[in-house]
Amino acid sequence: MRIAVCVKHVPDATVHKRIDPTSKRLDRSGEGALNPTDLNAVEEALRIKEAHGGEVVLVSLGPAKSMDSLRKALAMGADRALLVADDAVAGSDLVATTAPLARALERESPDLVLFGQASSDGDGAVLWAAVADRLRRPLVSQVASLTVETDSITGKRQTEHGYDVIRAPLPAVVAVSDAINEPRYPSLKGIMGAKSKPQETLDLAAIGIDVGLVGEAGSKTTVLELGPPPSRGDQVKIEDDGSGAEKIVEYLLERRLI
Amino acid sequence: MKFLVFLEHYHGELEKGGLGVLSKAASLGEAAGVVLGPEAREVAGGAGAYGASTVYVSEDEAFASPLPQPRVDALAALVGQTSPDAVLFGASVLASDVAAGLAARLEAGLNWDLTDLVLEGDELVGKRPALGDTVLVDVGWTGAPRIALVRAGALDPVESGGSATVEDFEVGFSDFSTLATLVEQTQEESSGPSIEDADVIVAGGRGLGSPEAFSLCEQLASALGGAVGATRAVVDAGWYPYSTQVGQTGKTVSPRLYVACGISGAIQHKVGMQGSGTIVAINKDPNAPIFDFCDLGVVGDLHQVVPKLTELVRARRGDH
Repeated sequence: MRIAVCVKHVPDATVHKRIDPTSKRLDRSGEGALNPTDLNAVEEALRIKEAHGGEVVLVSLGPAKSMDSLRKALAMGADRALLVADDAVAGSDLVATTAPLARALERESPDLVLFGQASSDGDGAVLWAAVADRLRRPLVSQVASLTVETDSITGKRQTEHGYDVIRAPLPAVVAVSDAINEPRYPSLKGIMGAKSKPQETLDLAAIGIDVGLVGEAGSKTTVLELGPPPSRGDQVKIEDDGSGAEKIVEYLLERRLI
Repeated sequence: MKFLVFLEHYHGELEKGGLGVLSKAASLGEAAGVVLGPEAREVAGGAGAYGASTVYVSEDEAFASPLPQPRVDALAALVGQTSPDAVLFGASVLASDVAAGLAARLEAGLNWDLTDLVLEGDELVGKRPALGDTVLVDVGWTGAPRIALVRAGALDPVESGGSATVEDFEVGFSDFSTLATLVEQTQEESSGPSIEDADVIVAGGRGLGSPEAFSLCEQLASALGGAVGATRAVVDAGWYPYSTQVGQTGKTVSPRLYVACGISGAIQHKVGMQGSGTIVAINKDPNAPIFDFCDLGVVGDLHQVVPKLTELVRARRGDH
């Protein structure tokens, strides 16, 4: 079974994130790491490979330095990495991102495409559904437990009203939630071996995507302006001296909340 | 501006999220709704009261399960037939996948996590908090159809008392759209209101100290007529069900009153509840980040404060 895991290099969580006021894009110049919830997708792929055999391929879109982050997933046990890196991709919105990503995935013709929950830089849990539509494959998202058989997958996912169990034939696209597993730590041997695993970096021309389809040119959304968020107004902070509960009740009564 | 709003229904009622978005759309222009699935015809008319002039319905068998891909086909067809300027969704597990699939299908722009929509001149502008809500970004679209996902609970339904024409429409399905199938569905047993619709939420975090201490939250919630929520940390620890989780990976809620008990206020939790009307926090750590975004913060031991608060609220209820 060939499993492609879509992963993303994101700015490091411990570094203060900022939006560049000129380009109105997230400043990605600093240190980065693999998007934390992508590790759940990598872990799930490795477990499927351990049970069914096959190959785990990392597929990513991002700056050339992303390969450093991808190496962490190679160290966990993924077999190889494909990175589409091209300066023209910067500033891509959803449709502009999914065009080259879907093309890179098509190139690998995987039986299963896995996504992690959401990227920590864009907050959007929208990528997988757009990719599934471009690939014309069935989609099961937000999967908290996954069963893989030779020709189908069954995923259980949480909804607003309970749990749904959904089955789809392979090839399919599955997005996993971070409740699905606990990602393994790379072993020392894994870390040492990661460097020598196949790591391919391709530009847009190599995957046959026109530069007009990506970046600002290919994007259908725009960022107009940045401003401060609305303030919550006056805040009250008190120390409980034994009358904390009474003060809460007074506060709620004043605002007609009880 | 002409809007098409995706409306979900559950147990014979239109969901609040979609109706909130519909009310907003109706205030900005001409709003139509779309309802898909069993009972669609029956519930569709109710959207008139929230500003829909027309509600398009299909009860095709493919919509019996809450799966996104057949709905992408339906919306793509409807966009073709009715040419809306914008297609709007209230975020949910289902709606997010439908919106994203539709954006790819139509090569259209999708802006998500919006907390408001406004018209600036003739142009639609979305308000999107970003980077843990430290920045508010104005976002736009380069052309129609503009697709938008509105953050759950960001817009309240407003009854305007109108009525809607209900119209059937034809849907054809893509070969891959009906491949995924629902094999089992379990509904969560929930006593009291579900957390997304609750007017009051009492939520507990690691500061409770033990799973048993959740009874403090339950009792206060019951006295206030609300529901109980939990943080990611305690859900991961198995103290409380996943379905009550509030936060980036759980539910996004915006009750009138949110009482946070022993919750530090990590960004993962904050994004799920900061839309609440009034936030009261009780935490023994005076440096907890939650004190930066609550309205009333009480630095103290929740094991003392919460039971006393429950007692006082009960006593007041008894008075009236």
